[in-house]
Amino acid sequence: MTAAGGARGKGYRATTLEQKEGRAGLLLLSPTLVVVLAVVVIPIAWTIFIAFRDLRLRDIREVGVFGSGFTLENFVGVLSSRGFTDALVTTIVYSVVGTTLAIGLGLAAALIVRAPFRGRTLVRASMLLPYVSPVVAVAFVWSVMLDPNLGIVNAFGTDVLGWERPIPFLSQRSAELSVLGFDLGIPTALISVIVFQAWRYFPFAFLFILARLQAVPADLDEAARVDGASALQRFRYVLLPQLSGVIALLAVLRFIWTFNEFDDIYLLTGGAAGTEVLSIGVFNRLTGRGDIGSAAALSLILAALLAIFLLLYFRFFARRSDTSL
Amino acid sequence: MTQAAEVGTALKASAREKRRSRWTRDRIESRIFTVLKWVGVVFFVVVTVFPFLYMLLLSVRPIADLARDPGALFVSPERLTLGTYDEVLRSVAEGGQGFLSFLQNSFIIAAVAVVASLLLAIPGAYAISRIKFFGRRQVNFMFLAVYLFPAILLAIPLFVFFTRIGLRGSLLGLMIVYASQTVPVTIHMLRSYFETIPEALEESAKIEGCNRFQVMRYVSIPLALPAIMSTGLFVFMIAWNEFLFALLFLADKRENWTVSLGLSQLASSTIEVPTTVVMAGAVILTVPIIVLFFLTERLLVEGLTAGAEKG
Repeated sequence: MTAAGGARGKGYRATTLEQKEGRAGLLLLSPTLVVVLAVVVIPIAWTIFIAFRDLRLRDIREVGVFGSGFTLENFVGVLSSRGFTDALVTTIVYSVVGTTLAIGLGLAAALIVRAPFRGRTLVRASMLLPYVSPVVAVAFVWSVMLDPNLGIVNAFGTDVLGWERPIPFLSQRSAELSVLGFDLGIPTALISVIVFQAWRYFPFAFLFILARLQAVPADLDEAARVDGASALQRFRYVLLPQLSGVIALLAVLRFIWTFNEFDDIYLLTGGAAGTEVLSIGVFNRLTGRGDIGSAAALSLILAALLAIFLLLYFRFFARRSDTSL
Repeated sequence: MTQAAEVGTALKASAREKRRSRWTRDRIESRIFTVLKWVGVVFFVVVTVFPFLYMLLLSVRPIADLARDPGALFVSPERLTLGTYDEVLRSVAEGGQGFLSFLQNSFIIAAVAVVASLLLAIPGAYAISRIKFFGRRQVNFMFLAVYLFPAILLAIPLFVFFTRIGLRGSLLGLMIVYASQTVPVTIHMLRSYFETIPEALEESAKIEGCNRFQVMRYVSIPLALPAIMSTGLFVFMIAWNEFLFALLFLADKRENWTVSLGLSQLASSTIEVPTTVVMAGAVILTVPIIVLFFLTERLLVEGLTAGAEKG
């Protein structure tokens, strides 16, 4: 309690109660602020700085952590590199489809367990398993399940569904599928990682939507029922408007996190077979090539894109749906 | 007309009404939804639970059986083996994969991260929830921003800094990173709990002559203990599950690997290690988390979604 003693000593000379309180507040916050400053804010500032420098991992012992000379080379190199556009498109598809799927599944799950039934607690708890479990473990289970030789999905597909040959879900870039005479290219591996993503994160949406659902006053539903609204109409016109706020919030949160998602894809495919998103690129530049400058540049581009999307979102959607982030 | 007959007609009338109203749109839709609901319950339970059962199943099957019959959903008792667990837990020197020491590393790192994160966040969360000081909103916003900030962007500077100061590869480096990265979410969860404590309680302590720090120490913290516990367990789960920083920091220091990192390294070298042995490792990684989760589910759910019902 040395901190407390110090504050009291100063506090006696302090004039108003308000100032005293303000000082106590800052004092209580200071450890947190210092740590967040040291491990988050300063590193981000340094990343911005280093993105304009030439710095390689093997040089940091000699030239220090600030590299040498101002340069735009990192950005030029990243933006003109082969695969940047592909990675950008992959990232956007992954984020948009993944977020939508996760929220859709979460909404369905929340509506299902909304009314009490026997075993509801257990069902609800089991739905949270994918979200709380270690990503390394569940990604490994999925990669075994989807394995062409050992996996249960392909065993089921070939034995029961009559597939001609196993599908390499995680290593096939695209498959040809004929639908009504049209040949469609299906990005197999990308779909697999998106499905995994939706599976792992729908519980997050589920939790938030369920919490909101349970706060919706029951007489709202009752009034609509008395007025003769059908179940579907009650959902569409009574419940859904109540949920729009939380769904908008979830869309923002999930989009931010999915856009930067690294673990899931790295563990499932390593970024191969058309699943290389931008964050995988950052990692490869950092560890594979040891090119710190260009990794920093790419990560800034990632952050800037995210910021632009969020700005657009808040500009065009947020006011209508009235979020309280 | 007797009373009984009267009741009889009334009943008939209501039955007629029921028959008529059976085919309203609402009825039909409600029927469909009831069916869909049960289909949904089965679907979600199967989809979420099956991978875990499959994990457990594979961890006790001999690898030869798996290769012969990958579609089997049961293992006959006489073919059941626990040798996979033995192999994955034994130390490398004894021909195993050394998961016992990884468990130890994970446990130490996570425990220290919990304590440090809570020590840092409790005063901060209290200050944000209770004390009106200049810049409170900004501080609050900063924590939210940090919470949302993607780990991959922080990975670069932290990787380089810790390499430079020679802490990369050490458990200490990872502890610092985990503690600081979880501070914002810890603050967020604790803050919403502190806000539910009636201010009158604190006021009366003040009238008794306590200053701010004493109020916090003797009134607010004891009252918030359940929330502090569940937040601590949440931090433990984050640290236990974390992968990216463990990979960046510890990849070339095998003796310091966490369970998460050890499993990922084992999984990417499946040529030598049988899938069933790796699966045993996955079970070992997952079981502590699932146990913790079921012990604290209610507290955790409330902490995580604090404020969500306000929409």
